[in-house]
Amino acid sequence: MLDIKNLHAGVDGKEILKGLNLSINPGEMHAIMGRNGSGKSTLANVITGREDYTVSKGDILFAGDSILDWSPEARSLAGIFMSFQYPVVIPGVNNTYFLKAALNAKRKHAGKKGLDAAGFLKLIKEKLIEVSMDPKYLQRAVNDGFSGGEKKRNEILQMLTLEPTLAILDETDSGLDIDALKIVADGVNRYRNADRSFLVITHYQRLLKYIEPDFVHVLIDGQIVKSGGKELALELEEKGYNWLES
Amino acid sequence: MSNEQQVIDESLKKDYAYGFVTDIESETLPPGLNDDVIRTISAIKEEPEWLLEWRLKAYRHWLKMEEPKWAKVVYPEIDYQAISYFSAPKKKELASLDEVDPELLATYTKLGIPLEEQKMLSGVAVDAVFDSVSVATTFKEELKKAGVIFGSFSEAVKNYPELIKKYLGSVVPYTDNYYAALNSAVFTDGSFVYIPKGVKCPMELSTYFRINEANTGQFERTLIIAEEGSHVSYLEGCTAPQRDENQLHAAVVELVAHKDATIKYSTVQNWYPGHPETGAGGIYNFVTKRGICLEENSHISWTQVETGSAVTWKYPSCILKGDNSVGEFYSVAVTNNHQQADTGTKMIHLGKNTKSTIISKGISAGQGQQTYRGEVKIMKGAENARNFSQCDSILIGEKCGAHTFPYIDVRNPTAQMEHEATTSNIGEDQLFYCNQRGISSEDAVSMIVNGFCKDVFKELPMEFAVEATKLMEVSLEGSIG
Repeated sequence: MLDIKNLHAGVDGKEILKGLNLSINPGEMHAIMGRNGSGKSTLANVITGREDYTVSKGDILFAGDSILDWSPEARSLAGIFMSFQYPVVIPGVNNTYFLKAALNAKRKHAGKKGLDAAGFLKLIKEKLIEVSMDPKYLQRAVNDGFSGGEKKRNEILQMLTLEPTLAILDETDSGLDIDALKIVADGVNRYRNADRSFLVITHYQRLLKYIEPDFVHVLIDGQIVKSGGKELALELEEKGYNWLES
Repeated sequence: MSNEQQVIDESLKKDYAYGFVTDIESETLPPGLNDDVIRTISAIKEEPEWLLEWRLKAYRHWLKMEEPKWAKVVYPEIDYQAISYFSAPKKKELASLDEVDPELLATYTKLGIPLEEQKMLSGVAVDAVFDSVSVATTFKEELKKAGVIFGSFSEAVKNYPELIKKYLGSVVPYTDNYYAALNSAVFTDGSFVYIPKGVKCPMELSTYFRINEANTGQFERTLIIAEEGSHVSYLEGCTAPQRDENQLHAAVVELVAHKDATIKYSTVQNWYPGHPETGAGGIYNFVTKRGICLEENSHISWTQVETGSAVTWKYPSCILKGDNSVGEFYSVAVTNNHQQADTGTKMIHLGKNTKSTIISKGISAGQGQQTYRGEVKIMKGAENARNFSQCDSILIGEKCGAHTFPYIDVRNPTAQMEHEATTSNIGEDQLFYCNQRGISSEDAVSMIVNGFCKDVFKELPMEFAVEATKLMEVSLEGSIG
C-alpha cells in the first residue's frame, strides 16, 4: 500500500526527516509516536503533498507508484486521506456542499457519475449516525464555530464518506474529551477492513487504547528508531522517550 | 487541472488581451467639448430648449469644478478635450456565429449564456427562430397593459417631457460632483422607467433589458420613478464580458420612490478590465447612483456585482427622507490583476425610524486594489434611525490590497449603529484542505469566494445569481498558482 524509502524531507530548507523507512500493507494499522518536533506532522504533510515541503532524497510509493510528483488532489483522489490536526475553517461554505464537492470529485475520478443532492443526502445521513453528529452540522459552514470535538468528528465523517484506502490520522486525539475520543475511535474501528490501511500519528498512548495498532514506530529526530507491536506504546507511556535516544 | 481546461483558460486569458472589438461604423463628432458640441448633441436629439439650457448650465458648472482626487485609485490624467462626446454607433452585423471570435464564444458558453443570446451580444443578425424584436414587443405590450413606462431616455424626453422636467437632476443635481456635472452636460441616452400608483411591475425589467441592451452609451442617464405603492425590480448590465471603445464611462442613475413604493436596482458589471499584465486599455467607470426615499415607508435597495472595469469609482446611495423608509446596499466587488475599485455607499437618514443596511464583500486578487468607502449620516431629525454595516474583504495572494474607510456622522442620540468589518486571506491552509479532499484549487477558490458572497448573491434575481456565481469563477481564473 505505502512504501516510504529512505525519505529525506523538510521545510524552508531545513531537513526534518532524515532517512525514514516505513512500509504499510493493506489492512494494517500503524502508529507513529514521538515528541513534538520529531517530524511526525512533517511526515503526514509530505505524504499528502503539501506545498512548501520538499523531498530531497528517497521516495514514496503508493500502490506501487511514486507519488512525489503528484499534486495534493491527485494523491487524495488516488485514495490518501488525512484527518487534520487542525481542521481548517471555511466561512460561508456549508458542510454539505463541501463534502458533496469532494465526494463527487472522487466519484468522477473513478469514472462514476456524481451524486445528486438527494442521493448525497441519503448517504450522508447514514454516515452522520456513525459519528453521532446532528444533521444540523450539515448546514453549518465547514468547521466554522465547531468545538474541538466537533471538528475531529467532522474529519472522521469526511473519511467515512470519501472511503480512502490509506487514512492518516494526524493527532486526532488532541483536543478530544473522552466521549468524543470513543466516538472517533469507534468510527475508525468500524472502518477497518482488510483493504484499508491507517497511519495514526500521536503523542500519547491514549488513543491507542481504543484503536489498537498492529505496529508502533518511534520517531526521533526524523528517523524511526524503534518498531514493535502495540505493547511498545505502553512501554513508551511508562518510560518516556529518553531511553531510546542514542 | 485537465489539459482541456488549460487550453480553455489560456484562450480566455487571450480573449481579454486581444479579443473582441466591435466593428463600428459611426457618426461621430470631432473630439472636444464646448458650447457648440452640447448644442449639437441637443439638436441631434431634438430636445426642448429647457433641456439644452440645463445641459449648458451643467457644462458651465463643470468648467469650474476639479476632478476629484480623494479616491484611492491611480490612473493617467484624462484629457477631456480628447474625447468625442457624440457618436451614434451602428453595429456591423455579422452573418453567423462562425464570424465571431471563438474565444469570446468560449467565454459566453462558460457563463452559460444561451446560444441565441450569444448572437445578440456579439452582434450577429438574429434569425426568425428567436426574434428579439418580437419578444421585446411582447414584453412592451405587457408593460403597457400595466401602465408601466419603460424606454430610452431620449424617447421619454419627447413623450413625457413633464416627468423628465420634474425629476431630472432632482436626486443627483448637476452640481453634485465632477462626473455628474459632465454627464448632465453631455449625456446621450439611457433608460427611463415610470411605475404608476399601486402598480407592481409585472416582470423583472432585467429580462427585457438584457435583450435590448445593444449599446450602453458612454454617458448614460437613467431615471426610475416609482409612484405611491408601486414596486419595480430593475437589472442593469450583463455577465457577458463587454468591450467598449470608450474608455471613460460616467453614468448617472436617479431613483425616486414615493410613499410605500419599492425600487430594487441590481447591477452586474463586467466591462473590460484592461490588459491582465499591464492594465492597459481598461474602462474607467465613474458613476453616480443615488436614490431618494421621498415619502414614508418607501424602500430602495441597491445590489451590485462589480467584476469588470480597470478603475471603478462608484457609491450607490440612498437618501432616506420619508419616515420609516428603508435603504439597502449589497455589494460584491472583485479586483483582479491590475484592477482598482473605490466603491461603497452613502446612507443619509433624514426621516424618523429610517433603517439602512450595508453588506459589502470585496475580493482582491493579483495586484488588485480595493477600497470600501461608506458614509452613514444620521441627521438631527432622524429619530430612532438604525444602520447595520458589514464590510468584509478577502485577499487572494500577496500583491493585492483591501482598504476600508467607514465614515459615520451621527447627529441624533437615538440612533443605533452597528458596524462589523473583517479581512481574511484565502489561505494556503484552506486551499490545501480542499486539495486534500480531492477538490482542485480552481474549484476551491470559487467555492470559498461564492461562500463569501452568499449574503449578496441571494439578493439578486434568481437567474442572475446563478450567472454571478459563474462570473466569479471566470473573473478569478488563474488567480491561484
